[in-house]
Amino acid sequence: MGATHLPSTEFDGTEVDDQLEAQAEAVLGDPAVPMVQLLGPDGTLGSDPVFSEYAARLDAGKLRGFYADMAKIRRFDVEATALQRQGQLALWVPLTGQEAAQIGSGRASQPQDYIFPTYREHGVALTRNVDLAELLRQFRGVSNGGWNPKDTNFHLYTLVLAAQTPHAVGYAMGIQRDQKLAAAQAAAGEAPAGSQEPKAAVMVYFGDGASSEGDVHESMVFAASYNAPVVFFCQNNHWAISVPTAVQTRIPLSNRAKGYGFPGIRVDGNDVIAVHAVTEWALERAREGKSPVLIEAFTYRVGAHTTADDPTKYRGSDEEAQWRAKDPLERLEKYLRAEGLADDAFFEQVRADGDELAAYVRSTIHDLGTPDIRTAFANTYAEAHPLVAEELAWFEEYSAGFADEAEPADTEAAN
Amino acid sequence: MTTMTIAKAINEGLRATLGNNPRTLLMGEDIGPLGGVYRVTDGLIGEFGADRVVDTPLAESGIIGTAIGLALSGYLPVCEIQFDGFVFPGFNQITTQLAKMHSRSNGNLTVPVVIRIPYGGGIGSIEHHSESPEALFAHTAGLRIITPSNPHDAYWMIQQAVDCLDPVIVFEPKRRYWLKGEVDTDSPGQSADPFKAHVLREGSDATVVAYGPLVPVALAAASAAVEDGHSVEVIDLRSISPIDFDTVTASVRKTGRLIVAHEAPTFGGIGGEIAARVSERAFHSLEAPVIRVGGFHMPYPVAKVEEDYLPDIDRILEALERALAY
Repeated sequence: MGATHLPSTEFDGTEVDDQLEAQAEAVLGDPAVPMVQLLGPDGTLGSDPVFSEYAARLDAGKLRGFYADMAKIRRFDVEATALQRQGQLALWVPLTGQEAAQIGSGRASQPQDYIFPTYREHGVALTRNVDLAELLRQFRGVSNGGWNPKDTNFHLYTLVLAAQTPHAVGYAMGIQRDQKLAAAQAAAGEAPAGSQEPKAAVMVYFGDGASSEGDVHESMVFAASYNAPVVFFCQNNHWAISVPTAVQTRIPLSNRAKGYGFPGIRVDGNDVIAVHAVTEWALERAREGKSPVLIEAFTYRVGAHTTADDPTKYRGSDEEAQWRAKDPLERLEKYLRAEGLADDAFFEQVRADGDELAAYVRSTIHDLGTPDIRTAFANTYAEAHPLVAEELAWFEEYSAGFADEAEPADTEAAN
Repeated sequence: MTTMTIAKAINEGLRATLGNNPRTLLMGEDIGPLGGVYRVTDGLIGEFGADRVVDTPLAESGIIGTAIGLALSGYLPVCEIQFDGFVFPGFNQITTQLAKMHSRSNGNLTVPVVIRIPYGGGIGSIEHHSESPEALFAHTAGLRIITPSNPHDAYWMIQQAVDCLDPVIVFEPKRRYWLKGEVDTDSPGQSADPFKAHVLREGSDATVVAYGPLVPVALAAASAAVEDGHSVEVIDLRSISPIDFDTVTASVRKTGRLIVAHEAPTFGGIGGEIAARVSERAFHSLEAPVIRVGGFHMPYPVAKVEEDYLPDIDRILEALERALAY
């Protein structure tokens, strides 16, 4: 039997397998990918070849402002959780642990930038001057929106995971066209040269769970193809409800940017100074039309996914304790105190301001209004619609029937 | 008046809207130098440039999703979905985002996105290229759906869709792309309201409602019925959401009988909605049950048997006989 056409018995493929495995390892890279960190958990300020320069722009007032913002939004989070427990909100989505990621990035944005949040970005909302009582409308069930995005350039929360990411890229494509239209107008003498609006960029938030959604992939492809001025801000808080990040990705999420052809950076998401520096760099880069950027803020959802969740069923308290030791507020407080940038009076004032905000939210929640289904009829379409008009007319007639019934009852009561 | 095909009429309509408003832009797969797989956007990239006629990555959710973002930033995007059966990767963006944005923003935001979808069968094509998914979208509040059956409507409807503040899906009858007809590019005339049905042929014995690709079939069936001594009224529905029930009901009050024909499967389809509404509004005018003519409850079949699937003149005449038998 001259089976010469069969593979040699000496070739068992092991060597090739090993080579491929080595290549795969090289592609996967070091799981301990470099992470930009300036302010360590112990409150000491380190340095970074690129981002220290950005950190140096922050004066004491700004740093105190970061702390005040983070403390305020944490206090708000506590209050909103309590309001949910007391039946005032249908659901609450806590952010505790992610304050630095949100305040640092939100404070790096400029008024002309447009922000697309997911549904946990209460800290970013604070930085965009959204009325935090208004923000509770959605969770109280009186509105699916709650604020007018045109007032703050802070879009509505989006609950379908990652669905907002292509919106952000499209908005950024609009900014590109605005700039060209403005330039063309200036060139045609229709507008004075240099009268253009300040350059803008878009920033879109999503999480490690949402990173698995196809819309994130499609958005990054579009962003790269058109070089859209957009910053993808991924808060890797380690848990998508009960599923750990390892199920969503085998590589650091920031590494994914390479596959699309733009920079990806992992930053310590509990370090407000580093988050601010990296985001400022990324937004500047996007506004200048250099490229999109993916930022992975490495942080932790200290609380539950929502008030309907129970983290004790899927993770250990030791892990939570480890992350509490990296708390974003504590490390900034240590730094501010050590450098003499803030005193007891400042921290007292921050606490008082937080309590004032909580009291405001608590007292305002009853004034958030009772919705009227007529509003839903009115807003289904922007232009007149015969079916909506017909159904509304029926509803009015139907409702009026109950009003007639109510009258005799009232009369009886009066008697 | 100019004679042109439906494909050319849409092309001219797009050219007009691109020329009229610098914020209009087209986006889709292969719509640039190729001019689209049906050449509907032929020549437009040369005239308006790649920022206005955008060849996109091959990703339908990305197309609709970025169009929503462009609309939020003040632009008027017109998306081309290459074939009916390929709209579903974008279904999430259309139904959960596009349709709801105005409502969930309490009326603060509008998203005037237009989505063009070539639809329907009869072209001998392979799987996913011959479907009629309009009912899936009609069931979603917040969307408007129109479908032209002739070049004049095609020319004006695409422009009216762009002008509308609401999202509009334009279902284009792909097997009629080469149907020729007169187009008045100066005035829409009777077609000024894209959401109004048109009575194309007056009759007294029965009404046939059709839209898109089946309108010429319904007209041919009405002509054939004359030989049997039946006078059939034909309505081109034109708008699938909203539906002009006033025009349909008025016709049924006159004829007493109604047949609704579409390529889409009858179960859960537009015909059922029309039957229900007409029975609520004109029950005592009906001489017979409303009869639906449409596709069967099966995935669109292979091309070699699509003739047995698609409603044709005889299927409409058979329905007419059934209605007249009451």
